[in-house]
Amino acid sequence: MAKITYHTHDNKTYTIDVQKGLTVMEGAIQNDIPGIDADCGGGMACATCHVYVKEEWLDKLPAKEDGEEDMLDMAFEPKNNSRLSCQLIVSDELDGLEVNIPTKQG
Amino acid sequence: MNKTDVLIIGAGPTGLFCAHQLGIIGLSCEIVDNLDKAGGQCIELYPDKPIYDIPAIPECTGEELTNNLLKQIKPFNVKFHLNERVEQLKKTESRWNVKTSGGKEFDVASIVIAGGVGSFEPRKFSVKECEKFEKNSLLYSIKDKSIFKDKTISIFGGGDSALDWAIELSNTSKVNLIHRRDGFSGAESSVQKVKDLNDKGKLNLFTKYQIDSVSGDKKIESIKIKHDEGEIKEIKCDYVLGFFGLIMQLGPILDWGLNINKKTIEVNTENFETNINGIFAIGDICSYPGKLKLILSGFHEGALAARGCFKYAKPDEKLRFEFTTTSKAAQERLGVKK
Repeated sequence: MAKITYHTHDNKTYTIDVQKGLTVMEGAIQNDIPGIDADCGGGMACATCHVYVKEEWLDKLPAKEDGEEDMLDMAFEPKNNSRLSCQLIVSDELDGLEVNIPTKQG
Repeated sequence: MNKTDVLIIGAGPTGLFCAHQLGIIGLSCEIVDNLDKAGGQCIELYPDKPIYDIPAIPECTGEELTNNLLKQIKPFNVKFHLNERVEQLKKTESRWNVKTSGGKEFDVASIVIAGGVGSFEPRKFSVKECEKFEKNSLLYSIKDKSIFKDKTISIFGGGDSALDWAIELSNTSKVNLIHRRDGFSGAESSVQKVKDLNDKGKLNLFTKYQIDSVSGDKKIESIKIKHDEGEIKEIKCDYVLGFFGLIMQLGPILDWGLNINKKTIEVNTENFETNINGIFAIGDICSYPGKLKLILSGFHEGALAARGCFKYAKPDEKLRFEFTTTSKAAQERLGVKK
């Protein structure tokens, strides 16, 4: 398990123990955290699991694969700390990760 | 009025295979889809990406899968109504009256919703004031390019649509292309062309900028764009075009009285009927314990829903289970009987 903290746009905070191997997206979906839609189910094909990663975590995350940045072009208000949460696989290294969920996904 | 046994909503792989199963058991159907082509997510989201988990097909792309399914249902001459979104369902005695966004009407015995995650709609700008100018000077698709002649156009996006239109419109209009980063997702050759046009002064490329605000009275007069570092530029323009791909929205399906949970429709697993008699849901849009969002699951669900439709279309007949290898009736319907 690793603790992942999700901040919603209306300032609610959810800290969840997410099983290692699941994605940050799945952690949100399985725990009914609002604001992450994940329409395509984790296929990096829709950009509706978009999150903003807390700055100090940016360098600790696995690098974006081909296609993630392209999908982020489609996301709602992408920023430099934008990631697709379906591409962030939870591991010991991600214990304590904090992400902000955008006001909407599309 | 289009009269048929079953109306399928959604021309993705699940809807297409359900049409096949309906054809095999002798029911007629027509298919409505909001996109301009059949294939659903397979064709819109990943036409070139290989799929590896279709039974007996080791590898195929979304486009190949769609083409094969279309070939498979060819014998049944299924009528497609593309670019149409189903808006309204009304029960009429024992049948359903269905109306679409384009004003088409259907009289059907039952309905199969194979709507994926909803209908594809263009993704919009996040800036609020943009809404005010939609359909007049802020557009997400181009129907008539002649309106842009000799005008100034600001195009947003980094994919093929944005690049292709920027290149094409630069012949007859003053074009600004604005994108949030230096990299583009569109074809490399188009990116090069855009850069060449920018160097020659035939187009203005702004990278690392995003929209900040739009202003104008009835139509857009100018926009402000903001650089990653915070700098703001004002650009005068007559039209703004946004190409951010498509997003899926459930839309009117929410208003039909179906049991909906987390954007999916609850069904029973016996015949994939919803809480409303005569309305079935299959594929990604349906939910039940153990649901897997796989294309192969959609095929299974479609086969059972098709049989569930039978009693509504032919209430006085009994459906006999048959195999296509031996059933003369099925082979006749397929046009393969020797």
